[in-house]
Amino acid sequence: MTWAIANIEQILALSLEHVRLSILPIVLGFVIAIPLGWVAHRFQLTRGLILTLVGLLYTIPSLALFVILPPLLGLPFLSEANVLIALTIYAVAIMARSTADALASVDRDIQQAATAMGYSSWRRFWAVDFPLAGPVLLAGLRVVAVSTVSLLTVGVVVGVDSLGYLFTNGSQRGIIESVLAGVVATVVIALLFDRILALIGAWLMPWTRVKGAS
Amino acid sequence: MNLFLEAIAWILEPANWQGQRSIPVRIGEHLFYTVLAVLAASIIAIPLGWLIGHTGKGREIAVGISGAARALPSFGLLFLFVMIAGVLLRGPSAVLVLVLLAIPPILAGAYAGLEVIDRRVIDAARAMGMTEWQILWRVEVPLGLPLLMGGLRSGTLQVVATAVLAAFVNLGGLGLPIVEGIALRDYDRMLGAAILIIALALLLDALFAVLERYAVPRGVRARRAPELRTTAPRRRAAAGTPATT
Repeated sequence: MTWAIANIEQILALSLEHVRLSILPIVLGFVIAIPLGWVAHRFQLTRGLILTLVGLLYTIPSLALFVILPPLLGLPFLSEANVLIALTIYAVAIMARSTADALASVDRDIQQAATAMGYSSWRRFWAVDFPLAGPVLLAGLRVVAVSTVSLLTVGVVVGVDSLGYLFTNGSQRGIIESVLAGVVATVVIALLFDRILALIGAWLMPWTRVKGAS
Repeated sequence: MNLFLEAIAWILEPANWQGQRSIPVRIGEHLFYTVLAVLAASIIAIPLGWLIGHTGKGREIAVGISGAARALPSFGLLFLFVMIAGVLLRGPSAVLVLVLLAIPPILAGAYAGLEVIDRRVIDAARAMGMTEWQILWRVEVPLGLPLLMGGLRSGTLQVVATAVLAAFVNLGGLGLPIVEGIALRDYDRMLGAAILIIALALLLDALFAVLERYAVPRGVRARRAPELRTTAPRRRAAAGTPATT
């Protein structure tokens, strides 16, 4: 505890950095996964293809992905871009499946009613399908957020300083408090992201509030 | 692409296939930790998951545990446990982390498998005079097997991924060539090991994909075929809990 108090400035600085680095993969993952999930949901042929592909990407262990991405994309090994792209890949992998599931959860009768009322398929998607798929999309996004925050710690291995720095540095110097502070701060940030997303969801989808949205 | 050729050359280099520090030894270590951790986690999580699924009690706690476990950074836990346990218990404490990480997905697979069963099927079994024990073993467990396999699959992949990181606490495994490669600035070795790790993960994933398919009872498989739409709200309940890496 005394270590944490003495080094509070460093912990806060790393936490801020951690938050900053987490946001981009979460947002990018969501944005990329929506069209991908839609294609997977819409066509029988692409469904198996896309879901298998994202499933395979998701099985790649994080450290191996950090190592294999740079030569594939021509990036430097020790770079922020490397970590951010890897985390975006994981986010897309989780979110594409969630999106396909979310769109499948929309009641078909409602879709047909919308079509009968003259909605074009583009407008129907944004006005009917997307909002109704919202709760399942949100559940997927919360998983993405939490796992991104947790995975980012591994980035310290390729030189991206996040809260993971407290793990490696603490381990080298034999300071258990440092590692513990890193674990606690990571969990706090993950839960914070989760809570914020749940609140945004309750605000955007008031109809889910009734039974306690979170 | 040249880098990849050199990495493959590193993998195929005969010198790397002999001795104490060779590739087969690393693969063996990796598989040993994985199998040990998944077995230990299964012994704890499967009966517990079945209990929750059968009785319907304690579900909120199980959901909470799987949710909270996702937020835990496995990388940090490895360092933390190993430092607390000390150098002598390095191996067991790292395996303990792997076990802890494998429990939530296996638990979720076990109880979700029982939960998605049509309640009428269980009522019918009870009405036929089956005891609770018979209902569990003859109805619920076989019907829940595919989802349990899915849980084992996520758990195993999670352990494989975390066992890579275990190299940072000097535990060996396929992560070690990466750790050595970073220190020696030897990219061939890192990339070679990364390729082997990915191959191992994909191989295990494929194995479980086959097991998952095989685990569907014959009667269920026959009925499922003509289903055209992917409504399946029941299956989604379990698909909504993907594992983390």
